[in-house]
Amino acid sequence: MKLTYEPVIGLEIHGELLTKSKMFCSCSADYGSAPEPNINICPTCTGLPGAMPTANKKALELAALVGLALNCSINKHNTFARKNYFYPDLPKGYQISQYELPIAEKGWMDVTSPLTPLLKGGGNDSLLPQGEGLGMRVRVRRVHIEEDTAKLSHEKNYALVDFNRAGVPLLEIVSEPDLRTVEAALDYATKIRAILRYLGVNSGDMEKGVLRFEANISVRPVGSAELRKRTEIKNLNSFRALARASQYEIERQIKVYESGGEVLQETLGWDDARGITTSQRSKEDAHDYRYFPEPDLPPLKLNDAWIDAIRIQLPELPEAKTKRFIADFELTPSEAHLLTSELSLATYFEEAIKHAKSSPKIINTWIAGEFMRNLNESNVEADSVSARSLAQLIDMVTDKTISGNAGKTVLTELFKNGGDPAEIVKAKGLAQISDESFIQEAVTKILNDNPSEIEKYHAGKDTLLQWFVGQVARATKGKADPVMTKELMLKGLEERRK
Amino acid sequence: MELTNLTIQEASELLKSKKISSVELTKATLDRIHNVDSKVKSYVTVTDELALQQAKQADERIAKGENVTPLTGIPFSMKDCISTRNVRTTCSSKILENYVPQYNATVTNKLADAGAVLVGKTNMDEFGMGSSCENSAFFNTHNPWDLNRVPGGSSGGAAASMSASLCNFSIGEDTGGSVRMPAGFCNVTGIKPTYGRVSRYGLISLVSSFDCIGPMTRDAYDCATVLEAIAGHDEKDSTTYQSAVPSYTQNINKPIKGMKLGISKEYFVAGMEAGVESAMQEAIRTYEKLGMEIKEVSLPHTKYGLPVYYLLLFAEASSNLARFDGTRFGLSVSDNAKDVIDIYLQTRHAGFGDEVKRRMMLGAYALSAGYYDAYYLKAQKVRTLLRRDFETALASCDILLAPTCPTTAFKLGEKTNDPLAMYLSDIYVVATNPAGVPALALPAGFSKDMPVGMQLIGKHLDEATLFQVGHAYQQVTDWHKRLPSLCHRR
Repeated sequence: MKLTYEPVIGLEIHGELLTKSKMFCSCSADYGSAPEPNINICPTCTGLPGAMPTANKKALELAALVGLALNCSINKHNTFARKNYFYPDLPKGYQISQYELPIAEKGWMDVTSPLTPLLKGGGNDSLLPQGEGLGMRVRVRRVHIEEDTAKLSHEKNYALVDFNRAGVPLLEIVSEPDLRTVEAALDYATKIRAILRYLGVNSGDMEKGVLRFEANISVRPVGSAELRKRTEIKNLNSFRALARASQYEIERQIKVYESGGEVLQETLGWDDARGITTSQRSKEDAHDYRYFPEPDLPPLKLNDAWIDAIRIQLPELPEAKTKRFIADFELTPSEAHLLTSELSLATYFEEAIKHAKSSPKIINTWIAGEFMRNLNESNVEADSVSARSLAQLIDMVTDKTISGNAGKTVLTELFKNGGDPAEIVKAKGLAQISDESFIQEAVTKILNDNPSEIEKYHAGKDTLLQWFVGQVARATKGKADPVMTKELMLKGLEERRK
Repeated sequence: MELTNLTIQEASELLKSKKISSVELTKATLDRIHNVDSKVKSYVTVTDELALQQAKQADERIAKGENVTPLTGIPFSMKDCISTRNVRTTCSSKILENYVPQYNATVTNKLADAGAVLVGKTNMDEFGMGSSCENSAFFNTHNPWDLNRVPGGSSGGAAASMSASLCNFSIGEDTGGSVRMPAGFCNVTGIKPTYGRVSRYGLISLVSSFDCIGPMTRDAYDCATVLEAIAGHDEKDSTTYQSAVPSYTQNINKPIKGMKLGISKEYFVAGMEAGVESAMQEAIRTYEKLGMEIKEVSLPHTKYGLPVYYLLLFAEASSNLARFDGTRFGLSVSDNAKDVIDIYLQTRHAGFGDEVKRRMMLGAYALSAGYYDAYYLKAQKVRTLLRRDFETALASCDILLAPTCPTTAFKLGEKTNDPLAMYLSDIYVVATNPAGVPALALPAGFSKDMPVGMQLIGKHLDEATLFQVGHAYQQVTDWHKRLPSLCHRR
């Protein structure tokens, strides 16, 4: 009998923290906008003899904020540790990190995945606590702080080192191996990114490398609870790379087992161009990092008051916002998810609701549809059209001051040139006319001009009704209320039957 | 009057009353260094130009009467592990032979701000690893009391420069007795302050959790003066105490009558040189006469002091010395290097001495996966016991008295082939560093014409009591005033 396999995936997510200064010195952490290499440096971040680290308080606060957002407990006593290894991008010969006592640990996050066994209320895996609602709960093992390394540029016979990035605060978020599908891993990573962006601690700008993934992967026969030898894929710089590398590695491992082989515990790299994982280090050559407590930094002692002060800074997070949008605004889960995927979008939506008389459902339809389309096409910032303007525009459509089509025209104009929706309607003469005598006049004229079409309609070609309505719209330049037009047209057509 | 034999207090009085100028005093010191130090070899670098410039500035300060401190215009030397901008800082290692720091240690800045005059950087055991100064990669330093003997270590150059009157005070560094042991060998006063009392920023680390910068002087009063100038919280060193630095000289003359002097039975055991033991007994009797109550106390974990100290030293040093890789500063050897690892290997092979390599290897081993719990972690636990030993003993008395070394200065070459015998010479001084408590070394007599040192050990942050009790002793003894023959007027 052929075995079926399931993947066992754990993710490590490294994210830079958006602080002004570096983790252990007062140099600017903004290496991205440094005009040249090696200018945001000092004795500490270049590892000069005798220089000492001092911990960045803001970074500690941001790390604790992330810990709390991921439902972790904060370690009131936490320590820095040295991770010792030699590499030219590591000036001290060790990286200051956290090891035994990270700032936060034992948290969780719920993810959804269409292929997750638990989705259907399964749950044959006793390791996993049942999550709320759909999906599954992924345990977050730990959240810890460390420092980024310098940047190496490899030339033909040498390499150049830029220390502007050395010492920039990094957060490492480590999950338990609770993920069972690539989709779930992607969802987890996406949600972590959204949370980091909601908290304002990381821009989530994958192209700039501020967020990097590492996937720990093993496979096992479905139904088994064993944890087999795992491989670790380093430095995955995009969601696409995470998905492709994981998928490749899962398939590779299954092939190894099916051909009677053994998977080796090793560190892998992802070759994006060739679409394969490549071996970097086997277990035998694995670094022994010789961790020990960093003697240059005293243990961090955090008290309840400090933690509470961080906790009250926690904003409403994507998951809670989604639930509230579903409950309060009668949105479907997928509608709510789309709006809450970006904090700015969700805020914009709620701002528009505040200014509008129209229902949230209608506002969502506009935002998810026309607004997003214009946004993607126009390449301008979302806030170039204010939520108040959008609300005004939607209300004009709702109260039939303008037609839906006219509304789209106004929105496009707002994106292009800005302005006031009412002014645009006036200037472009887009106001809808609901005056019965005016519309009746137009209807009568169209009917009088098209006797042959009336005959065809009477002969049973019902679809012509829409054509007649369209002719009125064209004649009135879209100003005629389409509902009233249709009513009067139907009446006129019936009167001419006999 | 020999200017170079003056205490800080005496020299400062002469400067303030304008009987001498700092330039005069500095020139006298530099002249003496150039005449005498070829025998002692206490200096790695002499900073003539900088010293004269600083002396001139000091004289201007004194002339204007602006911001004159007890150290303004006073020449001093500094152990070559403390960073000095534009003055090479070598740790007496080939790997840093031509390293010139871009920045000053906090202590360097504080002394410059006080107006002190740096005359040079002193020899040491490479990176502080040694007890005789024979592990300097450059040359041996000789004991001014007998040029065939070692000055002790690792601050051997500092102690010798002080003892031979080649400065008016010296800044040393004590990781496990490195100020006190050579102070005892060379007949000078020196303190290892409470860990965290003096900023380590800019001090090239040996053991981050033990290292203490401390002054070496002619007497306890001067020692108090210098410590007051260099101690205090530093934003750049998170391990420094926040608490304010008291005036150590203010109450230094208070009588010590009625105070309790603790004698640890574990420190008076077989193996101590007879002359050292009799000097200790004599010192105890002196304190008795001064009205102190003598109490026997116990430091039960003393026998673990040496292994705990060395194990933690190896571990931390192996990590602290990782940055010397030839890629950014210091020695870089890359002859036909195949790759960057090859540069590391060649540089470190050529740059570090045997003792440094031995300790780094032992340290890397003690921190390795599978050995960490048995070595590093265990040693940290015993370290806590050592600290409690001192806390318990010092709960029943004000101060402890102990020798700084079981013997007087040994001969050059006597222990160089036996690292364990060398390690044993630190037996009385190492335990205070893992415990973090302060200890003041004082001249306590002579044994076969060589100086004997004793140390007073106090409570955390209670340096004031150490100075008070040390000063009281020096008011009724004159050991500290005795100078080696090469300092006598010719």
